[in-house]
Amino acid sequence: MQRFSAFALARNALSGHTAWQRQWRSPEPAKEYDAVIIGGGGHGLATAYHLAHDHGMRSIAVLEKSWIGGGNTGRNTTIIRSNYLFNASSSLYDHAVKLWEGLSQKLNYNVMFSQRGVMMLAHNVHDEQVFKRHVHANRLNGVDNEWLTAAQAKEFCPPLRIDSGMRYPVIGAALQRRAGTARHDAVAWGYARAADSLGVHIVENCAVTGIVRDTTGAVEAVETTRGRIATRKLGVVAAGNTSVLMAMAGVRMPLESFPLQALVSEPVKPVFPCVVMSNTIHAYISQSDKGELVIGAGTDAYISYSQRGALHVSTHTLEAICELFPQFRRMRMLRNWGGIVDVTPDRSPIIAKTPVPGLYVNCGWGTGGFKATPGSGHLFAWTIAKDEPHRINAPFTLERFRDGFLIDEAAAAAVSH
Amino acid sequence: MLLIPCPYCGPRPELEFSYAGEANIARPADPASLTDEAWAAFLYQRTNPRGLHAERWRHTHGCGRFFNARRDTVSDLFQSSWKPGEPPP
Repeated sequence: MQRFSAFALARNALSGHTAWQRQWRSPEPAKEYDAVIIGGGGHGLATAYHLAHDHGMRSIAVLEKSWIGGGNTGRNTTIIRSNYLFNASSSLYDHAVKLWEGLSQKLNYNVMFSQRGVMMLAHNVHDEQVFKRHVHANRLNGVDNEWLTAAQAKEFCPPLRIDSGMRYPVIGAALQRRAGTARHDAVAWGYARAADSLGVHIVENCAVTGIVRDTTGAVEAVETTRGRIATRKLGVVAAGNTSVLMAMAGVRMPLESFPLQALVSEPVKPVFPCVVMSNTIHAYISQSDKGELVIGAGTDAYISYSQRGALHVSTHTLEAICELFPQFRRMRMLRNWGGIVDVTPDRSPIIAKTPVPGLYVNCGWGTGGFKATPGSGHLFAWTIAKDEPHRINAPFTLERFRDGFLIDEAAAAAVSH
Repeated sequence: MLLIPCPYCGPRPELEFSYAGEANIARPADPASLTDEAWAAFLYQRTNPRGLHAERWRHTHGCGRFFNARRDTVSDLFQSSWKPGEPPP
């Protein structure tokens, strides 16, 4: 792997930046791998990287039906936080935040992780009580989170409107300072490059059409549009398409797939210093380093694989944004799009073994999976390599729905989807 | 926004409706006799297909009645809708 550094940048400038190597290969799929990961998004690529880096596996393929990072990894609002209520969740998401903190150095790839703070607005007494409960629970778990008055919130985020004339006045906010954003494409590319340098095959334009099981029921191979690939360890990390893939192995999932929308404005100079979310009036907003305001809207009411959302859903969010930040009323929106998110009944993910030997699943991240990318990859790789869950993802099983140990995380969607 | 064919009122905009999930999931007659697996399957497991999906809608801001519909989850186009108790067309 060609390492990136200031020196490499200067040396390549002398040759007009024509001598940079390709960041990952584009190999033909082999006939057999020790492990196959279905899904070349951030979570799948991170899983392959950790399988190779932490567990010494070398014969690994990541199968992606289109191009890497083209699904939800390239469609989310890039928010990273860990202020979840329950012990299991805050431990899971804070594990990821800790990995984010060293990720650029570890991958030798600038993922532009920016701990600019995520502020969640309270608009009524119920919000205030819920957020204070979160603040206290988080602090007991060693996760930073603090309560701000409305004036302190405005000081932290000057564009915020806090006057009492609002339909939903801001009465305070919960602030996690270690939270922030990262560059989503760079996360996929950085993991792909690092995994490739450890020998992982990243196979794009390769859709899985079937999962083959042997006479004992264990996974034997996958059928793909580029031929049959034998493997004994198969990890499904396919977000919205998880139900479809798991059905190929005869496993019914507690999942439903919904379109979730996001949109960006025209780029402007830096005007917005942090991430602001409001559950009650459904809005979340930050500004990318390119200058676009990145705004997240809600899910559509019905299941769909269409990768687009209804206009009335984004209109609803834009009305809330204009109410909170009147200075943005004349901003023009540049693009909007949808991603298909797989939602579990308790809004917590599943990172687990399945009833099928050799089949593992990492899904159910719903509306907030990007933030967990490094932790999800680390824990899923552990689960696949050792055939048992890591201490942190042990509660996030498929069986919790049967046994009644739900992790009913209302904060999973910081806005109510 | 979807244009949804209510079998009572005809095609109406999506804003008048509430989605009510996958159709044809009958509540078990005697929940106490079920295994934990069967109860969890009733509560939580869904087909979630990529393609045609039988689902329930309620015309909340119209006639107020529930009905069944079949929709393609890739194109979001409705193929048909029918009243509860009727066989699907």
